[in-house]
Amino acid sequence: MNKKIKDFLFQNKVVILFVILCVGATIASKQPLTFVIPELFTRIARNSFIVLSLIIPVIAGMGLNFGIVIGAMAAQIALFLTTYWGLTGISGFIATVALATPFSVLFGYLVGRLFNRAKGSEMICGLVLGYLAEGFYQFIFLFVFGGIIAMNNPTLMIATGVGVKNTIDLKDTVKYALDTVPMLTILEIGFYVFLIATACSLGIKFFKKQAVDWKKTGLTVGIAVVIYGLSFIKPIEQFLSADRLLLLSAVEVLCFATVVWQVLQFVLFKVVKKNSEDAGPNTYDPRRSLAYIGAAAVVYGLTYIPALYNVLIMVKLPVMTYLCIAALCGFNNILLRTRLGQNMRTVGQSRVVANAAGINVDRTRIIAMIFSTVLASWGQLIFLQNVGTMSTYGAHTQVGQFAIAALLVGGASVQKATNKQALLGIVLFHTLFIVSPLAGKELFGDPVIGEYFRVFVSYGVIAMALAMHAWKKVAKPKEEDSVSIDESDSQILRV
Amino acid sequence: MSTSENYVLKMDNIVKEYSGNRVLKGVNLYIRPGEIHALMGENGAGKSTLMNILFGMPVIHNTGGFEGTVQVNGQEANIDTPLKAMELGIGMVHQEFMLIPGFTVTENIKVGRETTTSNLVSRIFGKSMETLDKKSMRKDAKTALKTIGLQIEDYVKVAGLPVGYMQFIEIARELDKTGIKILVFDEPTAVLTESEADRLLDAMRVIAAQGIAIVFITHRLDEVMAVADSMTVLRDGEFVARKEIKDTSAVEIAELMIGRKVEKLVDESTEPDTRQISEDNIAVSLRNYKVDMPGEQVRGIDLDIRRGEIFGIGGLAGQGKLGIPNGIQGLYKAEGEVKINGEPLDLEKLGDALNHKVAFVSEDRRGVGLLLEESIEENIIFSAMYTNGKFLKKIGWMHLYDGAAGKAHAEDMVKTLDIRCTGIRQAAGRLSGGNQQKVCLARALTLEPDVLFVSEPTRGIDIGAKKLVLEYLAKLNREQGVTVIIVSSELTELRSISDRIAIVSDGKLACILKPDASDADFGLAMSGAWKGGQES
Repeated sequence: MNKKIKDFLFQNKVVILFVILCVGATIASKQPLTFVIPELFTRIARNSFIVLSLIIPVIAGMGLNFGIVIGAMAAQIALFLTTYWGLTGISGFIATVALATPFSVLFGYLVGRLFNRAKGSEMICGLVLGYLAEGFYQFIFLFVFGGIIAMNNPTLMIATGVGVKNTIDLKDTVKYALDTVPMLTILEIGFYVFLIATACSLGIKFFKKQAVDWKKTGLTVGIAVVIYGLSFIKPIEQFLSADRLLLLSAVEVLCFATVVWQVLQFVLFKVVKKNSEDAGPNTYDPRRSLAYIGAAAVVYGLTYIPALYNVLIMVKLPVMTYLCIAALCGFNNILLRTRLGQNMRTVGQSRVVANAAGINVDRTRIIAMIFSTVLASWGQLIFLQNVGTMSTYGAHTQVGQFAIAALLVGGASVQKATNKQALLGIVLFHTLFIVSPLAGKELFGDPVIGEYFRVFVSYGVIAMALAMHAWKKVAKPKEEDSVSIDESDSQILRV
Repeated sequence: MSTSENYVLKMDNIVKEYSGNRVLKGVNLYIRPGEIHALMGENGAGKSTLMNILFGMPVIHNTGGFEGTVQVNGQEANIDTPLKAMELGIGMVHQEFMLIPGFTVTENIKVGRETTTSNLVSRIFGKSMETLDKKSMRKDAKTALKTIGLQIEDYVKVAGLPVGYMQFIEIARELDKTGIKILVFDEPTAVLTESEADRLLDAMRVIAAQGIAIVFITHRLDEVMAVADSMTVLRDGEFVARKEIKDTSAVEIAELMIGRKVEKLVDESTEPDTRQISEDNIAVSLRNYKVDMPGEQVRGIDLDIRRGEIFGIGGLAGQGKLGIPNGIQGLYKAEGEVKINGEPLDLEKLGDALNHKVAFVSEDRRGVGLLLEESIEENIIFSAMYTNGKFLKKIGWMHLYDGAAGKAHAEDMVKTLDIRCTGIRQAAGRLSGGNQQKVCLARALTLEPDVLFVSEPTRGIDIGAKKLVLEYLAKLNREQGVTVIIVSSELTELRSISDRIAIVSDGKLACILKPDASDADFGLAMSGAWKGGQES
């Protein structure tokens, strides 16, 4: 038992260290939670998407993708263009996303091609590639815009007419464009998207003459209609028409949903009584449902504690942004359940085995890279629309380091990263971000010391992860060789 | 061979060159459906290359392809990728496992061929977005496991399973491929214990009975005689013969393989034995010796090895015999009292064994034994250079590598041990298994040891090389008085060379036997019936 605890502590040493650091720094900063928590939720909304975009390459065995900087650049090129064309609001934001996507697909493809030629050193390659791309980026923004493509816009361009200004103000264009989409709109759009998807699915099934499960389709459509119908009830409509959601309401809704979901599962379990001859690793256990319901009740009870209540009513969540983050978490999970995801996992675990199994290793890796780059560019757009200004030559420079540091703080490694680790890492890393300058000021009378500490921590954790990765590789060097079939085949590995 | 015979695979007149070096010189391979066909030959005979051609491995097509024709089911086939081979129903059970430790048994069996169901997204973006159908995958995996009679849950991770199980999972994976017609087993029994190997041979018979042709690559003649229907022998890239097993004998096969009469592994020495071995002159003394080597735990051994003898250590795989030399060399954590020539050895200090003139040839050639990317010369020299300061010349305050001396020594070694290579500059990783083993041996000898531990000296190498290695060890012992300790799973080889043989069972010494002790004694000792280390 003792060994188990030791193992647990050892395996989670990074997370534990950072929890202690965060708690300590928060106490030292003498800031009330009513300041720290709202600030934290803002940063979670801003940064989660881009951190989550790092997971797919880790799964595909390409390590931490320092190349996401290039995705961020694609986003900024697109954002500059749409700003120049004067597109605003949520439609402007969607247009920017639509424009950034082909750029980042192309860049991701190229980066993937390059990484395929540098197998085993993707990380250093990506890091240097970021610096190289910086040069191209500056060439485009300082020379091509205005110098080759005539651009006439005194607020965006430097006075000479060649080159883009240092900062671009997004206040009147896409600032908060995504954050402030009202819940009612989301619900409506969601409803219609669902209807269209169902119709498409039915259409295809008809066309291919496959069996249609009418009962199931009818049921899901019915539920959708009921939910949509509920939004026409006045108090609910009013509640939904707000563009931000109070954290208190979010917690309440979540507790309620958990209870409903578990009760529903229990009922289904009782009614259907599945014949469980296929005893797999996970079967339904009613006791677990009870535990969930109990937990929901406890959480709900906690909201009545005044200190917590004060915090909860301070935080307003941008609903659409959080939905996007949730959707990406979902995407990462669902991807793993597809053939492509399984191929990525196989390639990530062993390229030799993947090759022998007939998987196109290079292609899989390129696809992983494209996914990551596109998601990173979207993440950067979410970040920028929330910040509200774009530092033309600086916004992307730290993206890779900070996102990777956040992922690592959450306990991820070069070989393994999950959604949970990413989200936990964001919480810890950004708590430290918020409180460390203030703690530095309180402790040493100088916020700069806290700032130094923060920078030290973010680079330190990356250095540690890379060193540990390299060390593990040295510790078992035979791994790569022992899977090769014979001496001539080990050539495949070295290509 | 009559033309009316129906072959599932016909490889005709295959010629392959690697940068001007002809490794296959017109080889034929004919296999009927449902037969077990042994493919035999010494290391370097061209078996691996032939199989690489059959599988369309990139290494073949990156080096200029090959000549000759391949027919599968009577149809000419152009196999240029592994995928193509797979589609034609050719599968392989690899000698070194192609399994992913982090995956479950099911995932490993279905790797690259997952069953999926379509969904809305996949209808738009194509098959790769289809959802995995875990349930049907598990069903298939269970069926495949059942066919070969492996009792194992399909959802456990492969990491940590015994080696024998992994082999069976590999087989299950190949069996699961629909339309599999030809299954290649590349030295499947090399890493298995005897009982595991027997089960594997049974499984092979079951598979063949289903009409799947099996190509069985092995060095073990007894297995061929037991299980194969026919066989092809290659020698130095040349086709020697194709024979039905019922028309031949083990002796004939062995003759065909090495092209000379099979002799006893080590010739009876004509010279009288002049060695002075006494019970008071102890080279290696172990007291309450324990080694924490995963899979080969040593749990407290007392042992005295006399100076100047050849001492064998045997036992079944996993019983701890390999832990003994690895612990002394400091590769795994060891405790207890170890004395070399009366001086205590510091087990905590890596390299202390080398300082006591103890050399070790590891069983893990590719992992511990060799610098795969470095030249043969480098591999032979470096230990002696760093430990003994040999092959160095002093210029002022600098110690520089003495290239001429190193080269001369390496060339000498290559000649003495008959290491087959293109030259001492060739990378050790490019050599065949037997030659790699010789390089390991050469390095240990360069250290001029008093005590030489050799672990599994003949694993994965052919009879010719085996004989040479053992003879050389005997010569070393007789002429230079080196105490040689051989750790091996092959009892015949221990019995042919050792003065005394210790059998290790369950991490403890079962007993010490004379090489001419009866088979029954050895059998009882290995099966753990004897405890306590009495000496017969």
